[in-house]
Amino acid sequence: MNLLTRFTQHWAVFLVAVAAWELLTRLAGSPFFPPPSTIAPIMVDQWFSATFFDHMVPGVGRMLLGWALAAVLGVALGILLGRSARAIAYLGPLFAFMRSIPPPLLVPFFVAAVGVTDMQLPTIVFGALWPVLLNTVDGASGVDATKVDTARVFRLSPAQWTLGVVLPAALPKVFAGLRVSLSIAVVVMVVSELVGSVNGIGYLLVQAQQFYDLPVMWAWIVTLGVLGYLFNSLLLAAERRALAWQPRHSLEAQTLATGG
Amino acid sequence: MSPMLEVTGLGHTYEAKDGAHTAISGLSFTVENGELLCVVGPSGCGKSTLLRAISGLIRPSEGTVSLHGTPVEGVPADLAVVFQDYSRSLFPWLSVQRNVEFPLRDLPRAERHERAEEALAAVGLSAAARKHPWQLSGGMQQRVAIARALAYRPALLLMDEPFASVDAQTRFELEDLLLRVRREQETTVMLVTHDIDESVYLGDRVLVLSKSPATAVAALDVPLGAEREQIATRASEEFVDLRARVAGLLQAREPVEA
Amino acid sequence: MPSGLVGMVGLFAVWEAASRSEVVPSNYLVPPSIVLPTMVSMLGDIEFLRAVIATVLAAVIALAIAVAVAVPAGLVLGSVPAVRRAAMTLVEFLRPIPSVALIPLAMMTFGTGPETKITLAVYAAVWPILFNTIYALDELDPLHVDTARAFGTSRVGVLTRVALPSAAPFVLTGVRLSAAMALAVVVSTELLSGGTPGIGRYIMVANSSGSYMDEVLAGTVLAGLIGYAANAGLERLHRRLFSWSTPKGVDQ
Repeated sequence: MNLLTRFTQHWAVFLVAVAAWELLTRLAGSPFFPPPSTIAPIMVDQWFSATFFDHMVPGVGRMLLGWALAAVLGVALGILLGRSARAIAYLGPLFAFMRSIPPPLLVPFFVAAVGVTDMQLPTIVFGALWPVLLNTVDGASGVDATKVDTARVFRLSPAQWTLGVVLPAALPKVFAGLRVSLSIAVVVMVVSELVGSVNGIGYLLVQAQQFYDLPVMWAWIVTLGVLGYLFNSLLLAAERRALAWQPRHSLEAQTLATGG
Repeated sequence: MSPMLEVTGLGHTYEAKDGAHTAISGLSFTVENGELLCVVGPSGCGKSTLLRAISGLIRPSEGTVSLHGTPVEGVPADLAVVFQDYSRSLFPWLSVQRNVEFPLRDLPRAERHERAEEALAAVGLSAAARKHPWQLSGGMQQRVAIARALAYRPALLLMDEPFASVDAQTRFELEDLLLRVRREQETTVMLVTHDIDESVYLGDRVLVLSKSPATAVAALDVPLGAEREQIATRASEEFVDLRARVAGLLQAREPVEA
Repeated sequence: MPSGLVGMVGLFAVWEAASRSEVVPSNYLVPPSIVLPTMVSMLGDIEFLRAVIATVLAAVIALAIAVAVAVPAGLVLGSVPAVRRAAMTLVEFLRPIPSVALIPLAMMTFGTGPETKITLAVYAAVWPILFNTIYALDELDPLHVDTARAFGTSRVGVLTRVALPSAAPFVLTGVRLSAAMALAVVVSTELLSGGTPGIGRYIMVANSSGSYMDEVLAGTVLAGLIGYAANAGLERLHRRLFSWSTPKGVDQ
């Protein structure tokens, strides 16, 4: 099937779904489920008013910064530790335990430790770090014996070995970890703003809840979906570029299975 | 002048929890400058261990290896290895050209390009330079690995069962490619194989190893001349005779005067 | 001492040192020498035990519902291309909505009872199972299908005796990923909604009363241990059930 028909089909399905949503909500007439025609103008207002700079930019900025810090830290540590069987034996279970702590539970601790106004960023970093770290360790330790021998025979420098062999070999796993971390970062962003913040989408969601303003809540939920879709698509595009050397099939299969 | 490679009393024992395993013991031989030596031995006799010891990837428990007079400690600078598993030995994220250039980091860019292009031309892959390894057939991937080793210009080229994972037709092509390239570039080659026919067809000499632990049973000269041809050479009387002798030696356990 | 424990002990040692040396104020980062005994005594407290059980039970129920929804859906989407193309479009727009963003809405719509946190956890847990099931059918070896067909197996037989067994390891990988999701969403809902008991609620109360950081940390560590045990248990189950399978589905 060519790209154009696929694209058309894609949006046709989407439009039908929105139409059905409109129809059903109008028929039901429930105050809890406003129709998309009510939600859309509110969204436009949110995106094209001071709200955008006062709430979306700071909240989303913290999320992206936290995720980026976690990514850099996780990849660097993962590449360093992943080639040492001993480091993995000692630290692997600890990392797995850290990842198992439900990230939203970190909010109360960081609220107490750094205060309500500053706790979002460290909470996001802490929550998003472990999937990147564990996946990088996994990818780095998976470099096969033949590549290790090849690198030794050609007497690669440590820098060339780390950046030229281990990092690219681990990259598919790293990207899988980055995707998981991104969705955790979004979750932690929202929860931390719901619990306590002076700005951000979560903060406005709580306000809307207090005023029983359901259309506004729905608008923020849809906005979060749009943002999630946007960031995920950007990350996927980056991944496709970085992993263009992989055979097509494995790339697509991997994207599907990790819910790309 | 000392030989290119001199192996003296080489032995290696792997220590494992369930007892030690001696892979090779008391192995001595030389590889002369410009020679192509085939090492043939039964499967699992310790050929790979031998190769890893010579290339400095492992430190042997006994004996010494010297490369043009210098004892080998760690991987020597002027040595390259072509592994059996080409799909893993090549870097999938690099193009064919960049794979060949990969070990040449220290050279200036222009020279890197030139050497890689030359090596790819030698193995007949100039047209595939921009492709990625997975887009090539197995035989072509192994040609890339050979080109990479050639571009590195090693004094000694080690090959570990290089043609064991390709189909018979490709295998013949690659064997002839190797003969042509080493003639053109005057490379010294030591090639390890389990295939008797291959060892006779390719080698200037054939070193026959015993079952594990591997020791040298005999070293045979192969007086087939420099020009060899898959059908005629393999049908010749000398070839058939040599093959039978190597096969006979592989059965023997004790060293025999060849 | 198993090497894995060394790392954990190391963490506690660093934590203890950081807290005692006041690098991090010890009224926030209470040392483990206080937190761990607190955790033990909390486990003796019936109130806290109820909270733990409520949380775990909600996550387990949500996971069961997610399996019941996502596996059949995944089988249909994985085997009927037309349905899949249409449905994936919708999924692409639904999935990015973070489940926690639905908490305020769900609290207003469904109230603050356990059904709220279960519904939200189902929403979060469905995706990994769904995607892994579809992926499993994509990875189904055509040679296995041909072999079964060559021996006269019917289409239904191919589904039940070839497709399902080879999909099972992937599905279990999805379940393992979903378990962590479900737990995280249940706990988040408890943090934010006043109504139902649970670990999240317990920690929130301890935190808001200010001086109970030891209980906050003890509850957090315990939730981590529960998540770790669930993950390890499902990995073990995987190895036992599917020792024949080399690929484990895609892990994250």
